[in-house]
Amino acid sequence: MITYEFRKSKLSRLHTNHEVVRVKRGLDGPAPEERPTPDGRRNKQGIRIDPEVEAKHEPRRTVISALVTHEPGVLSDVSGLFSRRQFNIESLTVGPTEDDERARITVVVEEPDPGIDQIKKQLRKLVPVISVRELEPDAMRRELALVKVTADEPAQVNAVADMYDATTVDSSPETATFEITGSRQKIEAAIETFGQFGVREISRTGTTALARGTEDTAAPVSATESAADGANQDGTYTQTADDD
Amino acid sequence: MSERAAKITPADSEEEADDQITDSAAPDAATEVDEDADTTSAPTPVTTGAESVVRALENAGVEYAFGVQGGAIMPVYDALYDSDITHVTMAHEQGASHAADAYGIVSGEPGVCLATSGPGATNLVTGIADADMDSDPMVALTGQVPTEFVGNDAFQETDTTGVTTPVTKDNTFSSDPDRVGSDVSEAFALAREGRPGPTLVDLPKDVTKAETDREPDAPKTPDTYHVQERADSEIVADAAERIENADRPVMLLGGGVIKGEASEACREFAIEHEIPVITTMPGIGSFPEDHELSMEMAGMHGTGYANMAITHCDTMLAIGTRFDDRLTGGIETFAPDAEVIHVDIDPAEISKNIHADYPLVGDAETVVGQLSEAVETSPAAKKWRVQCQQWKSDYSMAYDAPEDRPVQPEFVVEALDEATADDTIVTTGVGQHQMWACQYWTYTEPRTWVSSHGLGTMGYGLPAAIGARLAADDDQDVVCIDGDGSFLMTLQGLSVAVRENLDITVAVLNNEYIGMVRQWQDAFFEGRHSASNYNWMPEFDKLAEAFGAAGFRIDEYDDVADTIEEALDYDGPSVIDVHIDPQANVYPMVPSGGDNGQFALEDDHL
Repeated sequence: MITYEFRKSKLSRLHTNHEVVRVKRGLDGPAPEERPTPDGRRNKQGIRIDPEVEAKHEPRRTVISALVTHEPGVLSDVSGLFSRRQFNIESLTVGPTEDDERARITVVVEEPDPGIDQIKKQLRKLVPVISVRELEPDAMRRELALVKVTADEPAQVNAVADMYDATTVDSSPETATFEITGSRQKIEAAIETFGQFGVREISRTGTTALARGTEDTAAPVSATESAADGANQDGTYTQTADDD
Repeated sequence: MSERAAKITPADSEEEADDQITDSAAPDAATEVDEDADTTSAPTPVTTGAESVVRALENAGVEYAFGVQGGAIMPVYDALYDSDITHVTMAHEQGASHAADAYGIVSGEPGVCLATSGPGATNLVTGIADADMDSDPMVALTGQVPTEFVGNDAFQETDTTGVTTPVTKDNTFSSDPDRVGSDVSEAFALAREGRPGPTLVDLPKDVTKAETDREPDAPKTPDTYHVQERADSEIVADAAERIENADRPVMLLGGGVIKGEASEACREFAIEHEIPVITTMPGIGSFPEDHELSMEMAGMHGTGYANMAITHCDTMLAIGTRFDDRLTGGIETFAPDAEVIHVDIDPAEISKNIHADYPLVGDAETVVGQLSEAVETSPAAKKWRVQCQQWKSDYSMAYDAPEDRPVQPEFVVEALDEATADDTIVTTGVGQHQMWACQYWTYTEPRTWVSSHGLGTMGYGLPAAIGARLAADDDQDVVCIDGDGSFLMTLQGLSVAVRENLDITVAVLNNEYIGMVRQWQDAFFEGRHSASNYNWMPEFDKLAEAFGAAGFRIDEYDDVADTIEEALDYDGPSVIDVHIDPQANVYPMVPSGGDNGQFALEDDHL
């Protein structure tokens, strides 16, 4: 049994016959500059810091894979989430999986660690999202690009294509279009090299990725695991991942 | 309410319908219906999508629905005609969503609102966004143009699921007559499970009109939706140890404490371990404000003592709060010495704004129970408690009420509080009056404070009072403390209150200003009152009478007590137009992004 101790009601100063206690509105107590202030500080992410040695979280690029139910509106739910929460995304790809009822969304984001953490948690909150994982730096990541170049010098163009294992998709007297797959860096290097002949148009798919070996990329997890995974983040983060 | 037509079962389809229930309806759903129904007779089998929608509402135990008719939602309303659900026709769809929101706050069960497609749906959006920000359980049902016209810019077509995606917990475009009832059931389950929130089901007219014999499934969340009830026991043990060793502990109770029915557990915990308690604005009512451990509300217009305590604590047990910027002020200076134990059912709130040193994901009541078991000795914090009491006297909320000035708003709020019972429900609009209602009403019970916190929706008060009135016990008073600007935004709701004879008392703290904006202009815009000065307001007492409500007016201190008594005694809606001091400002105040410990007590401090 709990007994409450009530302090004198603040209504005690309210009298009938309007004999109101005459105190000015909130003039009691020391003014702001006379009050003690704590020594500590927090950073912008709300983490307590030593003001002398504030560790800054620099943005890093990472790949997040989400397994979602394959239904209309999921892509717009996910892309809408990124735009309204101002998360920086570099690419977003979506496609069917081995299970007809599920699709996989692969997002490449560039955010500081607390932001990446929020992205994962917010994605998990979307009802059609089954599971979310940030991939390890050693995950397999590939992108496909179609590059249409001016083919005035076919031999030299072909030599560059061979260097990057590019496949010819289309050729005309003036142009050649190549399909290049690989890491982001490889595709960027190829585009740069093709640049000497004149690149007319480029279309890129964005990164898609899978975890290596027997590890699941983003498999359904139990309620306990998923929530604990989200909560047990303790302010220490992994090192910035190398891209491929 | 008007008499409902008796339930009609078309004789020619009765036999067929009986077959259907045994043949095709899920046996579980049929059992569920039998258990929940008040009547002894078996419910009439559904024949259309719309009937399935209404059956889903009935199965969920819905008593009231708030809405406005319209073309695309007509089949649902037609099905509602034969239902025991009481529909309250609102004057505007915004009012319907606010009423449903308030109904959800007071009852703890999702409030239901209905609107037609296009403008009906977009008018609901403000109330849906409000419920989303405050995590209030709500189900919104919107009509939609027939499926074949969707995407053609048909009459009254709006991409409702598109518009509401950012402001709902989940929404669904229901395209299958056999699934439409189950979609509504699922929306119910999602609205109330875990962290509550608004859900929406968009109902194309052809789908609700279509024939179906499918009874809705029982309310169930999708398999992809997980809620963690118990927190990680290792972190609980660490957090308990931290509490035991705290020198300057506080509990910070948010709206999640009330939604999670954890108020009693938190009270017991705080009193047993003698920990001072601060609440957020949505957390008002989770702890009795007349208890000596109560520091009341912290934040921008929180009490000085709450802001001192929150700034200087070394251990913060924060439960069911999302650390909104109006609470924290500047992040850098928020409780900078405190190790934070954060209890929340939503993992995404952990370390979103304030880093949690002890993240405890789980149901508030369950986790507080876990902590109660784990904490063996109370913290030795006598000195701290003495300090907190000292702050309470240093920064008392006393105010001046000179007789040669117009009536001070604080006095009116206190007089209303004094004239009503402890379990009285207070609803408000947004602005200065809302802050005075926070500061000067002494709340002692959960679910008695009904306000628009996160979204800050002016005009929330009156429709919320309508929803709260229908959710409240008959002997509970419902008082709406409103501002003149807020009241003007939704006062058409008075027509509803009069028609339904709802006993609510509206006190309009009338200063003929958008007062909070005026206060900020004085503080930060060199007193340039751009578009904040109404100069003229209708006579709200007369306006109330025109609606058929009782109207009262207060100009002087002498009128306050008697007029309030009279208005409260009136059996039906009453409006008191209280002409308060137009220069009155809300203090203490922490400027936006400021240091809570440096709250201003007067204009000169800003």
